[in-house]
Amino acid sequence: MTHDPDIIPAEPGTLTRFRRMLMADKFALAAVIFLTIVVLMAILGPMLLDASAQRQNLRGRNAPPFDLDQGWLMILGADALGRPLLSRIVVAAQNTIMVAAGAVVFSALTGTLLGLLAGYSGPRTSQVILRMADVIMSFPSLLLAVIVLYVLGPSVVNLIIVLAITRIPVYLRTTRAEVLEIRERMFVQAAQVMGASRWRIAMRHILPVVFPTLMTIATLDFAFVMLAESALSFLGIGIQPPDITWGLMISQGRQYLTTAWWLSFWPGLAIILTTLSLNLLSNWLRIALDPTQRWRLEMKGRRS
Amino acid sequence: MSSFIRKRAFASLISLIGLVVIVFFLSRLTGDPTDLFLPIEAPEEMRQQFRELNGLNDPLLVQFWNYLGDIVRLDFGVSLRRAQPAIDVVLPAFLWTLQLAAITMALVTGAAIVVGSLAAFRVGGIFDRIASLTSLIGASAPDFWVAIVAIVVFAVGLGWLPTSGTGTVWHWILPVGVLFIRPFGLIVQVVRGSMISALSSGYVKTARAKGVKSRAIIFVHALRNAMLPVITVIGDQAAALLNGAVIVETIFGFPGVGKLMIDSVLQRDFNVVLATIMITALAIFIMNLLIDLTYALLDPRIRY
Amino acid sequence: MTDHLLEIRNLSVEFHTAAGTVHAVRDVSFHLDRGETLAILGESGSGKSVSASAIMNLIDMPPGRITSGQVLFGGRDLLHLSDEARRDINGSQIAMIFQDPLSHLNPVYDVGWQIAETMIVHGTPRAKANSEALRLVTRVGIPNPEGALRKYPHEFSGGQRQRLMIAMALAMKPDLLIADEPTTALDVTVQAEVLSLLHELQQETGMGVLIITHDLGVVAEIADRVVVMNAGEIVEAGITREVYHNATHPYTRKLIGAAPGKGRMHQPGAEAEPVLQVRDVVKDYAGFRALDGVSFDLMAGQTLAVVGESGSGKSTLARILLRLDEANSGTALWKGRDLFTMPPSELFKIRRDLQMVFQDPTQSLNPRMSVYQLISEAWAIHPDILPRAQWKARVAQLLQQVGLRPDMANRYPHQFSGGQRQRIAIARALALEPKLIVCDEAVSALDVSVQAQVIALLDDLRKTMGIAFIFIAHDLPVVRDFADHVMVMQKGRVVELGTVQQVFDAPQQPYTQALLAAGLDPDPDVQTQRREARLALAGA
Repeated sequence: MTHDPDIIPAEPGTLTRFRRMLMADKFALAAVIFLTIVVLMAILGPMLLDASAQRQNLRGRNAPPFDLDQGWLMILGADALGRPLLSRIVVAAQNTIMVAAGAVVFSALTGTLLGLLAGYSGPRTSQVILRMADVIMSFPSLLLAVIVLYVLGPSVVNLIIVLAITRIPVYLRTTRAEVLEIRERMFVQAAQVMGASRWRIAMRHILPVVFPTLMTIATLDFAFVMLAESALSFLGIGIQPPDITWGLMISQGRQYLTTAWWLSFWPGLAIILTTLSLNLLSNWLRIALDPTQRWRLEMKGRRS
Repeated sequence: MSSFIRKRAFASLISLIGLVVIVFFLSRLTGDPTDLFLPIEAPEEMRQQFRELNGLNDPLLVQFWNYLGDIVRLDFGVSLRRAQPAIDVVLPAFLWTLQLAAITMALVTGAAIVVGSLAAFRVGGIFDRIASLTSLIGASAPDFWVAIVAIVVFAVGLGWLPTSGTGTVWHWILPVGVLFIRPFGLIVQVVRGSMISALSSGYVKTARAKGVKSRAIIFVHALRNAMLPVITVIGDQAAALLNGAVIVETIFGFPGVGKLMIDSVLQRDFNVVLATIMITALAIFIMNLLIDLTYALLDPRIRY
Repeated sequence: MTDHLLEIRNLSVEFHTAAGTVHAVRDVSFHLDRGETLAILGESGSGKSVSASAIMNLIDMPPGRITSGQVLFGGRDLLHLSDEARRDINGSQIAMIFQDPLSHLNPVYDVGWQIAETMIVHGTPRAKANSEALRLVTRVGIPNPEGALRKYPHEFSGGQRQRLMIAMALAMKPDLLIADEPTTALDVTVQAEVLSLLHELQQETGMGVLIITHDLGVVAEIADRVVVMNAGEIVEAGITREVYHNATHPYTRKLIGAAPGKGRMHQPGAEAEPVLQVRDVVKDYAGFRALDGVSFDLMAGQTLAVVGESGSGKSTLARILLRLDEANSGTALWKGRDLFTMPPSELFKIRRDLQMVFQDPTQSLNPRMSVYQLISEAWAIHPDILPRAQWKARVAQLLQQVGLRPDMANRYPHQFSGGQRQRIAIARALALEPKLIVCDEAVSALDVSVQAQVIALLDDLRKTMGIAFIFIAHDLPVVRDFADHVMVMQKGRVVELGTVQQVFDAPQQPYTQALLAAGLDPDPDVQTQRREARLALAGA
């Protein structure tokens, strides 16, 4: 009798591994770099540039872009009150990212928990939860937002809550579907045979397997929520001035469309680039977090 | 089949009732319509009369119960703003939106299936790269921004297309074009992914071993299997359009249901809001049923 | 030029993967004549399927690449033909059937359409193709052929689906049929029927058959000649009988030696005490009776094999004994206490005594847990077994006990081979120090040579630790070397129950006899006799 073929040599650490996989996908790499910049802008921006973003400058009203006469902050031009657009975009990043991040975290946590519950409880609880999700799903989400913000007043927190509620069903349904599938898998039955409790099975065996899917969805959803927030702010029922978000900036620039296109163009571009980066990152995550797909990236990483 | 429809109808009925509850109470929370409709200096007597006439004096629960009864008779009450039955205000708007959604989705579905399938056939090829990148950008673009840019370029700059209204074919090009982008981007990606897995399946191998031509393998063998997950996404996107492409309708002055909804909320015209929601919810319910039937038609393994 | 129907010369194929370039097929040459059956025998990863895919132009390039060689068919080198020319040959002159007919038939088209399609793509008018499809379906023995044409793949049984695949492949009367593991997923009796059908059809048409298999029994049953492949290379080739009796290459000898069903049978002593007494277990699933009055005793430290084909209820029995499912009625006394009515707290304690090893270790080990976590989870659930400080040492000890190295504890399941994974699953079961282990098809997914090693390990554990086993299998020879008692099940009932010697040497029931007769023996001479016996039994 010979022995089984030798096992694969030990693999490099998780961090090196992910770094290599990131290097293998140039688009994802660019996306990560861009998102890092956006996050830095969101954290540091208001501290550094808040003053210049608020300073009105009547000589610089609707100043065109690419004109460095009034300082490098004016490279993207200035708005109707002469405030430099670059500073404003950097400062607006904070609210934009905060609302999206808050909504994604809140909806992902609630949705996942409810999904676990629906997947693991009896038919009655599960039905109640699913019907609730149906109600939310069949409700025009923008309308819900309009009504709630009208009642509660448009603040950052309310905006986060509204956007989060409309996204809960996505996580709920995904988690429930995966739980139903995974709990029939043999490793869950193996744990049951050992006497593992439901809680242990949910936390140790099911959640880690669902997690990559949820991560991928959350990344994609971040982009979606950002767009929704921009839309609400655009309609004038989201963030209110003097606070700013990118969506609000587009809305404010709308009346100068014909004379100063850059007022709406730059914040729109910021939104597109951020959502595009998130989409690219999500595509990369889908492969990188899947042990059966990962080789595609690792292969490319090796070759280059 | 009929028992399936009955089950679905029951589930939807519960969801619909949930919807009515939420909308009714939320909209009453936005304030007393009396203040809105009568001049500030209106005497208390007049206010009382107005309330009495519109049943606003009854306890909230009674108002709700009456309202439920009316809905069953398809009576959504009178629009407080326009002094005509709410249903007469909503139906024409709904028909406009229905047309817009149907035209857009027909174009999106056709284009996305062809582009997605061809991209999947040579993964990593030049067509695949272009298609993937365009679809990603499409899925990332905020529609209101695209709408604004489109107006600046095509209506203001080049003067080719009208900016608002519904009169001629030319009026439809911008709204349809803007609405096309995001669903197209999303569905191309789903078609591509679904096609890739279908093309690597056993039955495609069998077809190749039988000597079936490549085109027939893609469009006969793989496509019908790959369509199953795609149909769900098409349904979701169509539902989103039916719910009112609020922003695009607002920007292009399109007299659809989304614009009507937002206007009515802002004017506290409850009856119109409720009628809009119920009509679109009903339409979405019918559409979901059609999608389920399409599923069963495409996949003989599904029998309700 | 050559007179052979098919001749492969010096074929080499490589694949580019994450681990670097894999030379899947290296310098392989063989040939096949009209009316002849050639078997390519090999274990997983031997390159046997890749060679067949090269003939059919089914290798995905990239990542695959044919680096050298010729595939001569009818005097032409297929590798130098255009894709279009090869499409004309595929399906009309060379046809292929696959291992898993369910996934290889298109689920959304009816089978009549799929069979007719083979003819239509090669220029047959639709009406003629349809009538021909009916004739083919009748020929391969599908009941109610006219109705069958309108049905979809999921509406047939596994054996019927393979018959339909055969009908589809033979539609254009090809000169060569390639069969890739055509009977692997089928029950033994169905396997015998399908192989007989293939043989008959070959007699009728005079086609050459290239059969790819891992099973020596299939080779013995059907092949005139055999080519043995290992790690991409041909290690031995020749007439089937010659190769079996006078194998020269060590790998071939190892493969033949590992074939189960050759060793000495156990002689269970009568003095043992029953640890588990099962009486009249009934289980219904929505109008379908999966278990119908099953009763048996299991003796301490002995092995009871439960044998049956799919649908016999053997896996349901395992699930019910371990309380993964609830029985409708009946009792199972474990040391005098009824497992079925036990309160949860008592059941939790008793779970330590009863463990299970599942069929497919790839699925029964959580892919995101390391070996250390997998094994030590037992003690996290039952903290009184072992203090945390000793977990590391005990994991190392258990790994050694099942034949793995202690330093493998930090690796993850996907870094191991199938056999090693099953050893990990066994180590996990042992962590609870059980008195009974239920093995549900625990070796069926493994290669023959690995199968033998795992069974030897289990038997060793039984002897040294006195663990009793319930060993569930669909394959009789596997059970022969290992079991003390054998229970044969059919449609939820116990058909026959006796010592291993009674059941194998003097089966009483016709079903057991049929099962034994349908099993394929690796020895071509034995198999020839058995085939005659089987045909006689079928004729009777």
